[in-house]
Amino acid sequence: MADTPAGGWTTGRLIEMDRPTDRLVRLRFHVEDRVDHWPGQHYVLRLRAPDGYTAQRSYSIASDPHDPLLELMIECLPDGEVSGHMHDVAEVGDVFELRGPIGGWFTWTGEQPALCVVGGSGVVPAVSMARYARRLGLSDSLRIVAVGRTYDDLPYARELKRYGAFLALTRENHGDRVAHPPYPDEVLPLAEGVERAYVCGSVGFASFATRLLGQVGVRADTIRVEQFGATS
Amino acid sequence: MPVTRGFTGRRRDAGARSDRLPPGQYDTGPGWPTLTAEVTPHLDAEKWTMTVDGLVETPRTWTWREIHALPGSSYFGDIHCVTTWSKFDVTFAGVSVDTLLEAAGPRPDAAYVKAHSTTGYTTNLPLADVTGGKAWVVWEYGGRPLPVEHGGPARLLVPHLYFWKSAKWVTRLELMARDRPGFWEQNGYHDRGDPWLEQRYQGDP
Repeated sequence: MADTPAGGWTTGRLIEMDRPTDRLVRLRFHVEDRVDHWPGQHYVLRLRAPDGYTAQRSYSIASDPHDPLLELMIECLPDGEVSGHMHDVAEVGDVFELRGPIGGWFTWTGEQPALCVVGGSGVVPAVSMARYARRLGLSDSLRIVAVGRTYDDLPYARELKRYGAFLALTRENHGDRVAHPPYPDEVLPLAEGVERAYVCGSVGFASFATRLLGQVGVRADTIRVEQFGATS
Repeated sequence: MPVTRGFTGRRRDAGARSDRLPPGQYDTGPGWPTLTAEVTPHLDAEKWTMTVDGLVETPRTWTWREIHALPGSSYFGDIHCVTTWSKFDVTFAGVSVDTLLEAAGPRPDAAYVKAHSTTGYTTNLPLADVTGGKAWVVWEYGGRPLPVEHGGPARLLVPHLYFWKSAKWVTRLELMARDRPGFWEQNGYHDRGDPWLEQRYQGDP
């Protein structure tokens, strides 16, 4: 397999933004001298104050590599220095420092059938994978279990559902499915024949999802994990 | 690089601690973020062993009980993660890597170390970064057993480098003549990872 693409510091102009919920902001940038990413990679977004002070955070890419713009979906965290700025201050036309793509582990380029078990804002890399799969006609090779509290809370819920993802909502009945985390019985048929699994979400979610994958027979050494957030 | 319109920065008033924060880092406070690329393994401490081998005079392996019988050593200070959080005033206890190396006897041509975890995770370090009181194998955090999600029963601790060098679930230190990149080092991250030089990714100075 080729080396994963990697890009240095550049700038990106915010071209489009919208707020799917009051905790989420979707940002689309035109990136100067962009290096095309692989689905699952991330970018670093850096903010710079007039006196040179900087703050930076990593965000997974939501867009397909062929999308002319780079899309990030940022969840506003309590007291989040970078996410708070992007929610409350950023406007279309602003220019940001961006570095990417980064990461050679949590990537999928369609070589092997894969299952994503992703939760909350952890769905973002799976969205990039799903958009990529759809464009290349690889959708049969990518199965997605997306877990959220409610349909409206779950980023990209509508799009993921359209692509055939299994949505497991934990706080809301959805169709004839009663609110609950995904059951092994629901994931078992999706795990059949997969050679790679991706888990992305909070620490608690990642622990739940890897246990669930183990219960349906996915080998631990085929699971790649990306998790975020603190333990207390 | 451009100034970000409307950004002044909220976290700058780290006060007396600001000189302890490497560039681009923030104080995560009481929380301890967990980052793991693989499934968290649940290891039985009684079955865990620690090995030092490769370019050494005598390859050595310690059981859980044997390693606890070695002279203890602890670290009190700060840790820095490449994902930009730093955590101040943490305490880890275990054994100094110097003690393990002394028992095994590095050969003169040993210049690098690869740390191996039970999960298959690896990370590479110059030997000089794990000798001279700069690195530990630790099993206690804040006076309690190291939680499994933070690498328990035992992890490597190399606090002067970004924390991915402090391999969780460490089980082996392999001494080498030449540098061989580890897991993250093959996946886009810097070979050495000094937070004060901001050596985060490949291509950084």
